[in-house]
Amino acid sequence: MMNDLLELTTTRHNPHVDPIMAMWEWQIPVYLFLGGMVAGMMIIAGYFLFSGRHKESNCACFSIPTISIVLLSLGMFALFLDLSHKLYVWRLYTTFQFKSPMSWGAWILILVYPALIANILIRPSAWMLKIYPKLTEYAGRLNQHPFLIKNIGILNMILGLMLGAYTGVLLSSMGSRPLWNTSLLWVLFLVSGLSAAAAFVHLFAKNKAESELLAKADNGFLVIELFVLVMIFLGFLSSARPHIEAAQLLLTGAYAPVFWVFVIGLGIVIPLIIQLLAVNHKIRHTAIAPIMVIVGGLILRFVIVSAGQYSHWFNAHFH
Amino acid sequence: MNSLSRRKFLKISGATIATAAVLASSAKSIVNAAENVTKKNGLQIIPSYCDLCFWKCGLLAYVKDGKLWKVEGNPKDPLSNGRLCPRGTGGVGAHYDTERLKSPLIRKNLRGEEKWVEVTWNEAFDYIADKMNKMKATYGPEAMALFSHGIGGNFIKHLLRAFGSPNETAPSFAQCRGPREVGFELTFGDVVGSPERTDIENAKCIVLIGSHLGENMHNTQVQEFSHAVEKGASIIVVDPRFSVAASKAKYYLPIKPGTDMALLLAWMSVIVNEKLYDADYISKYGNGFEQFAAEVSQYTPEWAYIETGIDPELIRETAREMVRYKPATLIHPGRHATWYGDDAQRSRAIALLNALMGSWGRKGGFYVPYSYSIPKYPYPSYPELMKEPLDNPNGKYPFATGEQISTGIREATITGQPYPIKGWFIYGTNLMQALPNRDETIKALQNLDLMVVVDVIPSEIAGWADVVLPESVYLERYDDLNASPFREGFVGIRQPAVEEPNDQKPNWWMAKKLGEKLGLGAYFPWKDIEEYLDIRLKLAGHSLTEIKKEGIIKGPKKPIYYDNGVEPEFLTPSGKIEFYSTQLAKAGFDPVPRYTKHPEPPVGYFRLLYGRAPVHTFSKTQSNPILADLMSENEIWVNADLAEKYGMKTGDRIKLKNQDGVISDPIKVRATERIRQDCVYMVHGFGQKSRQLRSTYKKGASDAELVTKYNTDPLMGGTAMNVNFVTFEMEV
Amino acid sequence: MPRYGMVIDTRKCVGCQDCVIACKTENNVPVGYNRDWIVTESHGKYPNIQMEIRTERCNHCSETPCVSCCPTGASHIHDVGGVVLITHEVCIGCKACVQACPYDARFIHPDGYADKCTFCIHRVEEGLKPACVEVCPTYCMYFGDLDDPNSEVSILLQSRKWHVNLPDAGTQPNIFYLT
Ligand SMILES: Nc1nc2c(c(=O)[nH]1)N[C@H]1C(S)=C(S)[C@@H](COP(=O)(O)OP(=O)(O)OC[C@H]3O[C@@H](n4cnc5c(=O)[nH]c(N)nc54)[C@H](O)[C@@H]3O)O[C@H]1N2
Ligand SMILES: Nc1nc2c(c(=O)[nH]1)N[C@H]1C(S)=C(S)[C@@H](COP(=O)(O)OP(=O)(O)OC[C@H]3O[C@@H](n4cnc5c(=O)[nH]c(N)nc54)[C@H](O)[C@@H]3O)O[C@H]1N2
Ligand code: SF4
Ligand code: SF4
Ligand code: SF4
Ligand code: SF4
Ligand code: SF4
Ligand SMILES: [Mo]
Repeated sequence: MMNDLLELTTTRHNPHVDPIMAMWEWQIPVYLFLGGMVAGMMIIAGYFLFSGRHKESNCACFSIPTISIVLLSLGMFALFLDLSHKLYVWRLYTTFQFKSPMSWGAWILILVYPALIANILIRPSAWMLKIYPKLTEYAGRLNQHPFLIKNIGILNMILGLMLGAYTGVLLSSMGSRPLWNTSLLWVLFLVSGLSAAAAFVHLFAKNKAESELLAKADNGFLVIELFVLVMIFLGFLSSARPHIEAAQLLLTGAYAPVFWVFVIGLGIVIPLIIQLLAVNHKIRHTAIAPIMVIVGGLILRFVIVSAGQYSHWFNAHFH
Repeated sequence: MNSLSRRKFLKISGATIATAAVLASSAKSIVNAAENVTKKNGLQIIPSYCDLCFWKCGLLAYVKDGKLWKVEGNPKDPLSNGRLCPRGTGGVGAHYDTERLKSPLIRKNLRGEEKWVEVTWNEAFDYIADKMNKMKATYGPEAMALFSHGIGGNFIKHLLRAFGSPNETAPSFAQCRGPREVGFELTFGDVVGSPERTDIENAKCIVLIGSHLGENMHNTQVQEFSHAVEKGASIIVVDPRFSVAASKAKYYLPIKPGTDMALLLAWMSVIVNEKLYDADYISKYGNGFEQFAAEVSQYTPEWAYIETGIDPELIRETAREMVRYKPATLIHPGRHATWYGDDAQRSRAIALLNALMGSWGRKGGFYVPYSYSIPKYPYPSYPELMKEPLDNPNGKYPFATGEQISTGIREATITGQPYPIKGWFIYGTNLMQALPNRDETIKALQNLDLMVVVDVIPSEIAGWADVVLPESVYLERYDDLNASPFREGFVGIRQPAVEEPNDQKPNWWMAKKLGEKLGLGAYFPWKDIEEYLDIRLKLAGHSLTEIKKEGIIKGPKKPIYYDNGVEPEFLTPSGKIEFYSTQLAKAGFDPVPRYTKHPEPPVGYFRLLYGRAPVHTFSKTQSNPILADLMSENEIWVNADLAEKYGMKTGDRIKLKNQDGVISDPIKVRATERIRQDCVYMVHGFGQKSRQLRSTYKKGASDAELVTKYNTDPLMGGTAMNVNFVTFEMEV
Repeated sequence: MPRYGMVIDTRKCVGCQDCVIACKTENNVPVGYNRDWIVTESHGKYPNIQMEIRTERCNHCSETPCVSCCPTGASHIHDVGGVVLITHEVCIGCKACVQACPYDARFIHPDGYADKCTFCIHRVEEGLKPACVEVCPTYCMYFGDLDDPNSEVSILLQSRKWHVNLPDAGTQPNIFYLT
């Protein structure tokens, strides 16, 4: 058969499937982003708890867990909005599907909440104490056991890792969408989640040292993220045709402008440069770079979710 | 006028004698529908036959808890073999169509403005009867003409015959298969008929000249075609467009449109010159072969190449391929044959090529069909006709036999010659899409005193009516019996499976009620159609109760080939297959077909071709929600290189402008390798402009609207429509 | 235990969509949605064209990403014939399975749950053929037990050349196309 001048037509016209898969709209990328960022936050906070440095990291350890709960809940609400058979959502928790990343995710989320609450309990905010004064007592007892705190840190790190990885695995397990079908996607989402979380702390930490520290960490994460992206694309480009075409979608195709400008340029490279200059005290720290990183992380999820649905095993799209 | 097909007619209607005796015993009871159906947990299965096209396949309607669920083929039915075509399967949508006509309508303002007053049936009939009586008094009953397509029209036809009008027509002759029937009748003394008597199933070589089986979904033909493909039949397809059938073919001949006659002549010359024909058959049954052979031998494949663009070697090779399988070589006669104006002659050439194969009357060629004869209802005889039909004054088209020329009646309505036509009764035909040159149709109907349209939806033609009568769809009504000529004799019944959703009524009821208003009650002696059907069936030794059970009664098997007992009979002047036609010579036409060159499109213009899509029938299914879901608009097929030249991509919307400046509605481009560069193609029936039929309004473009030009076949008055040229209008 | 599959003779299929309509009426597939559909694939330059017409639907794969990704177990493999089914009352409409199918064979029913071809299991369990197979006017579709070497489908696969859709996707589809 001649491969040139191929004409493909299909009579199928299912909504959100044809001509291009668009089943997942804004809710899923938002959920993946918030999940990823919360995962990053948990790892960062967990690390400080674990290494016993939580006293110096006010923001990371004492504001972030509360914020995480809010963000995660928002993310889960976005996910809930996406469900098209909402009344049946409880079905998630009457079963555990070993092979289903989404089932794993559902159960991980169930564990994440207590871990975050435990984290909060270490030093509840003033408004919490006002509502529920007894918390002072609990926190006091908890703080008498550094061993417990260490373990809460470990728990947060592990669950954060799982949560962050899960946001990537959810997509990468879909062999059907070549763009998602890379074993590095979870690394990408994890690193990007860490970087967004670090940027968040960098942005909001009142303590200058803490802010500075997280900016440095963020620079590390951004570099790793770039490296992971390069690895992913190298993987695709040396793979089969559907994967090459999937990579081209981002590199040169329909999604290239958003990808290069918003994800790579404004989302990674430019804030990296700014923050490098800042940590080396060439310029002052401003809110711009971390905001760029956070927004870039969100756009990355949008691009990956949308382009992934576009990428396909057929080498031509139907008309 | 010649009398070719009238003789055939006489043969069929012999059995009316035993009538009276049977009548006496039949008057008893007619059992109601419920007893005749299979019942299983709220499920009823009612056998009937399809009306989504004229093939009339037997069906089973499934009704679940009183609601129509689905229709399947009736396995007992020889036409469907238990499998309907896509339109038939989607027939449920006709019942559920939300845009159906719901009550009788009378026009409020000007014709064609589509402003109506809803009236009762009684008011509508009073209005019509009053006008018809006045017309009869002033002009005579023949001033009322009937356009009726499909078996549903039988009772309306009866009404108008009883009224005294001889003018009754359909687009099935002059816009469809008329030229073919005439070409074959001139050659073999008999028509191909419908369903076609083609023995596709047993053919070892099938030649399709534009017959796009697989898109043209005439059920039995498609089924048989598939069996033939499976058995490895050699398929040769001649089409300017790479049709679905072409994709199954061993040989695809990408012919320049309008040059098929050259190809046919070249094929015949190869076969004659190389003496490859069935000499036995020809010497037994043929007449005038020598003159024919001498005439066609001059057309070399090299000559034909210049006309058709088909490689001479390919012409030779395919000619020999056909010969290899004779007599089981079927050169398909096509059906919609009104293409270029020399269509009866082209069809005759196809008939002659078949004659060379010896395929007429032979297995794998054309079988000899027969029908199960059911006597007519013993009506009182019709009033004496005061005037001849006026579709073909003075035998202007000397070989127009069988049916009347629709466009002839239209012309007479415009000119008032040879006598005035003042009323059109229109049943089941959308003349706006079916007849060429819409302006002439509109001009004619503006001359009318009365225009009645019986339809199921507010079709385009209904929009021009004075009175619109809403009919029940086929799944809701009884109709006349179907006893089509076929491989085996059978009779099928149409019976209601569900009730009408609103105030729609079946045609038989309309005919009877209106007949009574017109004082023609004596012509409707039956109480209702069940009584009518029962009486007819009793005359044949059956009963309504009996046929309602399975929907089909089969007759005894009979031979259908010359080789197994059918006596060859050629109702031509010579009593033989006329290779050379003295009739034609006498009437001043070519006794052996000749090639006519047809004008080619000017630069920047492309010939407009059209055809069928599997999921639609002409213009009548576009509002069916199920079928519309699969195809809601048509596309214009444009050769990919040509499209690129014009900067058009698949999916772009453009308009088409024809040679007379008529501009179509916007239509999507389909840039494809599957068509030549000198023509474009679209599916017929779209681009409808009935404002009341919103779901179809201007969906796609109408080929009919662009067919302003037509050539008239001098033999039989067929209107050839493949003669229009269009160009692309990019600004939409 | 049978393993149900379909064999489709692309030499006979004319792309008429009768199978699509039969599925719609049999299974009340809503207007605007398709459980099955026609793909026409043509190669070449006029007039030298090869064309394959295929009727497509869920392949009832042996390796089922759509089932393994499902978080609720709504997507499952039926105990008879390896048919891949969805239990509507268990589905939450997360669409993971829709994404996971390389053939895009699934869609979200307007009532919210994921839906697709069921191989007309309700008919098959009554001894009937799937609606699309039963209606096809070209008799190009065959349904049966792939594990039974004497079934019509097995015999066809032994005697004719065939291909499956997207063999590289690793799903091991159970619909085979004769060429
Ligand atoms: N330009 C162009 N013209 C053509 C053709 C073409 O391809 N292109 N094809 C030609 C051919 S081959 C033919 S056979 C003719 C066909 O011409 P027509 O027989 O006129 O076909 P339709 O356009 O389908 O119109 C049928 C009408 O019947 C109505 N109808 C449907 N069901 C019922 C029913 O149960 N009862 C009643 N009372 N009405 C019903 C429909 O709504 C519609 O208005 O057209 C011919 N004219
Ligand atoms: N689905 C469906 N099936 C139908 C119908 C329907 O409405 N819908 N209508 C039925 C009726 S009444 C009829 S009459 C038939 C009509 O069906 P057919 O008789 O089979 O076909 P046509 O409509 O005459 O011609 C259409 C084909 O002829 C090709 N063609 C056009 N010009 C030329 C030419 O100059 N030379 C050659 N060799 N080919 C040419 C076109 O490319 C196209 O493939 O279909 C019947 N079957
Ligand atoms: S060919 Fe199709 S539309 Fe025509 S009668 Fe048969 S099933 Fe109905
Ligand atoms: S019904 Fe049969 S011939 Fe028609 S498209 Fe479906 S599989 Fe093909
Ligand atoms: S075709 Fe798709 S939906 Fe069907 S079993 Fe295979 S992967 Fe699952
Ligand atoms: S949409 Fe339903 S069937 Fe599909 S994966 Fe989600 S829960 Fe399972
Ligand atoms: S097997 Fe049944 S559900 Fe599947 S496509 Fe065919 S008709 Fe539809
Ligand atoms: Mo026709």
